[in-house]
Amino acid sequence: MARDRVTTLPAGDIATRNAAGQALVEAARDNPDIWVLTADVMHSTGTKPFAQAYPDRFINVGIAEQTMVGVAAGLATCGKTPFAATFAFAASMRACEQVRSDVAYPNLNVKIYATHSGLALAKGGTTHHATEDIGIMRAIANVTVLVPADARESAKAVKAAAETFGPMYIRLRRGADPVVYGEDFDYQIGRANELRAGSDVTLIGCGRTVAECVLAANLLDDEGIEARVLDMHTVKPLDVDAIQRAVEETELVVTVEDHNILTGLGGAVAEVMAEMATSVRLKRLGLPDIYAGIGPEEGLLKQHGLTSAGIAATVSSMLA
Amino acid sequence: MESLTDREIERLVGLACEIRQRITDVFAVAGGGHFGGSMSVVEILTTLYGSILRVDPERPDWPNRDRLILSKGHAAGALCPVLGCFGFFDEGLLDTFNQLGSPFGMHPDMNKIPGCDMSTGSLGHGLATGAGMALAGRADGKDYRVYVILGDGECHEGSVWEAAMVASHYGLENLIAVVDRNRLSLDGQIEEVMSLEPFADRWRSFGWHVVEVDGHDPRSIHEGVQHAHRTEAQPTVLIADTVKGKGVCFMESKTEFHYANLSDEQLVEARSELRRNS
Repeated sequence: MARDRVTTLPAGDIATRNAAGQALVEAARDNPDIWVLTADVMHSTGTKPFAQAYPDRFINVGIAEQTMVGVAAGLATCGKTPFAATFAFAASMRACEQVRSDVAYPNLNVKIYATHSGLALAKGGTTHHATEDIGIMRAIANVTVLVPADARESAKAVKAAAETFGPMYIRLRRGADPVVYGEDFDYQIGRANELRAGSDVTLIGCGRTVAECVLAANLLDDEGIEARVLDMHTVKPLDVDAIQRAVEETELVVTVEDHNILTGLGGAVAEVMAEMATSVRLKRLGLPDIYAGIGPEEGLLKQHGLTSAGIAATVSSMLA
Repeated sequence: MESLTDREIERLVGLACEIRQRITDVFAVAGGGHFGGSMSVVEILTTLYGSILRVDPERPDWPNRDRLILSKGHAAGALCPVLGCFGFFDEGLLDTFNQLGSPFGMHPDMNKIPGCDMSTGSLGHGLATGAGMALAGRADGKDYRVYVILGDGECHEGSVWEAAMVASHYGLENLIAVVDRNRLSLDGQIEEVMSLEPFADRWRSFGWHVVEVDGHDPRSIHEGVQHAHRTEAQPTVLIADTVKGKGVCFMESKTEFHYANLSDEQLVEARSELRRNS
């Protein structure tokens, strides 16, 4: 859980993709219906351990994301629980129509296992960023959208997805991200985790930005501002009750995401708040309908005001 | 499986005539429909359901059933009457086609139509989903087969060829594609819009066993499927030579009947011709 008075969180000793990949292996141990497919990115997505452990339930279709999702849909009609693993940009855009028409519309039990999301492939540039995927997947009926914050939560998300029926988009990352969670914590699809209590402002993050929200809360504490931090690990279905409480109990809501503020976490929260007839202000931090540019991820996050310092500065100025 | 007797052929020919009349009835209720591609695929469907597929209308979700994916989903106007005819649901329900709340529409929905194994409509999807079903069957030690019916125009879609690669790479002998080769797409002659030839060679070069059949002759289709059943370690495609709009003279090989709503006079003429030939 959130640590007091720290300004950095330790980097995990395991890459998020490897934690998620290991969770797949563990889930498959108890469930013979779990399959994994990939589109020539077995190594990159951390699914190689699964391929080695369960070669009969592993399919590599080559660089053919549309077909990967289609094959997964076919497997699901026969009672399998396929995880289709590739980079988030390709999973959400190249294979988007297969996700909609072959998986979501027939409501098949396929899990889109989308790694390297957000700005995780920062130096890869815009083609390899996925800053639209939450919005795209959120707009598709029947699809649950999971955005875990760190390696441990990625593992929990994968296991929960394996145990819960329905089409899902699991927005995973890549390397050893800052650690948000300790060994033991609750995880329920659709229920935000409150990482820190606070009554002045509510910071809502998902994925990589949750760690920045936790650190921003510590910085704000030094200024006498009490920030509540929510890990909105499920962007759809959104935890409306948690937002309702934020609106009732704090003066400002700030969403933080490594995604376009249109349609993403901020968009989702804005939709809900708009129907709450509240005067509580909302600020959406993220990419303001622009592409992030090229550089190391930390540099891009900083440039777009998505690190703890940027978040804290925004909150201070709005509450001043 | 043995070859069809003359009597069985006669039954299938009669069935095809009956289905063409029902397609006309359905599209009259529906306010129009994809006549061209529905009429061209009739014998492919009736021969498969009438002499090949191991299915049980009482148990449409039977795990060991053969699967059929109508990848050219716009021919739902043919598939639905065939499923009704084989007892998957009350044929009277077809009178609701395209109406508010109906299970039946321009493209088939697997969750609403008993016997429909995959929701389709957007082209280029069925071969991949079929490959998934074939992979599952093999992994589960089941001996069912998966049949995927494609349009020839549909083969413009790159995703068809991605899936073709996957099917041959994994040696899916339990996957059988049937291409309704009616040579017309929406905008005209396929060879002029975007050429597919050398079509059979293209499939061969993707690792498929190719059988060319007469798509309006149940015996030829049936024999082609027997070839497919004897093929090991690779998928088979039947390239079924057909006529778009088959069975109604004024529709045959006419792109304008890809989708049409017949006038009263055309409806009378079509019904009269189909009855005459039944």
